[in-house]
Amino acid sequence: MVQEALDYALHDLGGKLSVRDIDGSVISYFSDHFTRQLKAGAMVQDFVGLCPKPHVRIEGGGATGGLCFQQAWESVASGRYDVAAAMGFETMSHVETAKGNEFIALASDTNFDFPVGGYYNGYYAMMVVRHMHEFGTTEEQLARIAVKNHNNACHNPYAQEHLALTVEDVMKSGYIAWPLKRHDICTMSDGAAVCLLASEKAAEKFCKNPIRITGIGAGSDCMRFADRPHGKVPLLPHEREKDYKKLKYPGVHSFRAGRTAAILAYKMAGITNPLEELDVIELHDAYSSSELQTYEDLGLCKYGEGGRFIDEGRSTLSGQLPVNPSGGLLACGHPVGATGLMQAVCMFWQLQRSIKTHFGNGKLQVKKAKRGLIHSHAGTGTYVTCSIMERP
Amino acid sequence: MNKDPKLPEIDRGTEVFSVDPLIVRDHFEVEYIHSFKQDTPFFHGLSKKKILGSHCRKCRYKYATPRTRCMYCSGPTEWFELPSEGRVHSWTVCYYAAEEFLKDVPFTLILVEFNGVDTLFLSRLIGVEREDTHIGMKVRSKFRRKATWSVRDVYFVRAG
Repeated sequence: MVQEALDYALHDLGGKLSVRDIDGSVISYFSDHFTRQLKAGAMVQDFVGLCPKPHVRIEGGGATGGLCFQQAWESVASGRYDVAAAMGFETMSHVETAKGNEFIALASDTNFDFPVGGYYNGYYAMMVVRHMHEFGTTEEQLARIAVKNHNNACHNPYAQEHLALTVEDVMKSGYIAWPLKRHDICTMSDGAAVCLLASEKAAEKFCKNPIRITGIGAGSDCMRFADRPHGKVPLLPHEREKDYKKLKYPGVHSFRAGRTAAILAYKMAGITNPLEELDVIELHDAYSSSELQTYEDLGLCKYGEGGRFIDEGRSTLSGQLPVNPSGGLLACGHPVGATGLMQAVCMFWQLQRSIKTHFGNGKLQVKKAKRGLIHSHAGTGTYVTCSIMERP
Repeated sequence: MNKDPKLPEIDRGTEVFSVDPLIVRDHFEVEYIHSFKQDTPFFHGLSKKKILGSHCRKCRYKYATPRTRCMYCSGPTEWFELPSEGRVHSWTVCYYAAEEFLKDVPFTLILVEFNGVDTLFLSRLIGVEREDTHIGMKVRSKFRRKATWSVRDVYFVRAG
């Protein structure tokens, strides 16, 4: 799988760059339980022909792919490599779904969280139930996000599911963990993605239309979501303290790591109003609810306004700021170690304006896309990364 | 010297899901010798029908879970007993689960908030239907009589 993705990337460069030109790699996969092979990263390095060059494996739950992307960026930005390969994969089909959920839940505290219910769908359900209580968010609003992403994916040949859904379909898809239903939740997937990151000089040499990485941000939060603070909102430049006078933050309704990552990435990229200054976003919608919560963390709207943001269609393909034109995790699938890199690949194509070339149709191309954000997120918000990419 | 050495044949065969690519059934199992280390008093507490939280000696922040050091001021913490009654801060009903808990579905998970405590406690709620479960509902802790030395030794029921 990884070989296939790497070959595609090299082919896309018209043969200007070969494996010989890659100075080192960062390889990401989330779970040794799924692979049942320790050092599976070393096998990838070996089998794609990168030995004896330097290589490291990176892991951080659901954000594994996003962390891999940022680690590869660091290895180039530091001057260590001219060309770095960020390669991610996951093979979740090795076990049945219930066992897969168990493996994933081992990423929650195994003394205090796993034994109680050991189930991320349950954790995220509790997080959105509190969001509904605080802000009046509804199940229909979550369904609208699932519909948006699934319908986008119908035009993405790389998506795992091609389902044209209606709000009614989602509402009737059956509770998995109340109020989350089958279509509010991503699936288990096998998949791989590869990004090639290069210094400015190398990029000019190897690529006709490279995309610049202009902002990098990451954040973290308590392992146990029960331990999260109930304090003040870290503000973005366009927000005021009086906006959130009564809000206890983040509690379990919002992701402090996501807000922290956004603050850092915006600062580096010089963004002061993300809704106005971003053209497209690929964010981590393992749940329709987490997409809604992430609108707020990223400051696309104020905390509490995520439901209205989707009601007004602002994040649809034809809206003010398209979110997850690829179909997101909900429809593309979530092969964990590949997911954050898959977002980066889709964003790269969006900003190159080459979606038509790669998808065989241009329906998902965001017109005049110049600046985009990718967002990768790990279990209950323990790690989040935000990276900003720009068309030079 | 054996002139014709041979491995013994295995008669039980292997279960095959797919021929090409070849996908077979495989099994992996492991026994752990699991230590609760510095959290040990919490589990001793459960066996005495007490939930122990941690109280920062420096900034007085109160956690409903064990933490050796305070996450705000790095101060050392001391154990304190949580109230036996609290309120539902958030909740869900799981209709599907990780393999280990499939036998339990549907089951209710709750985050409990306690008066005077700064953080929450994750547990199960039993004996209340989904339609009757709500945020703010008063709940009371109950304990298994025979300790299993797991956080599951405590669970919650509706109070009053």
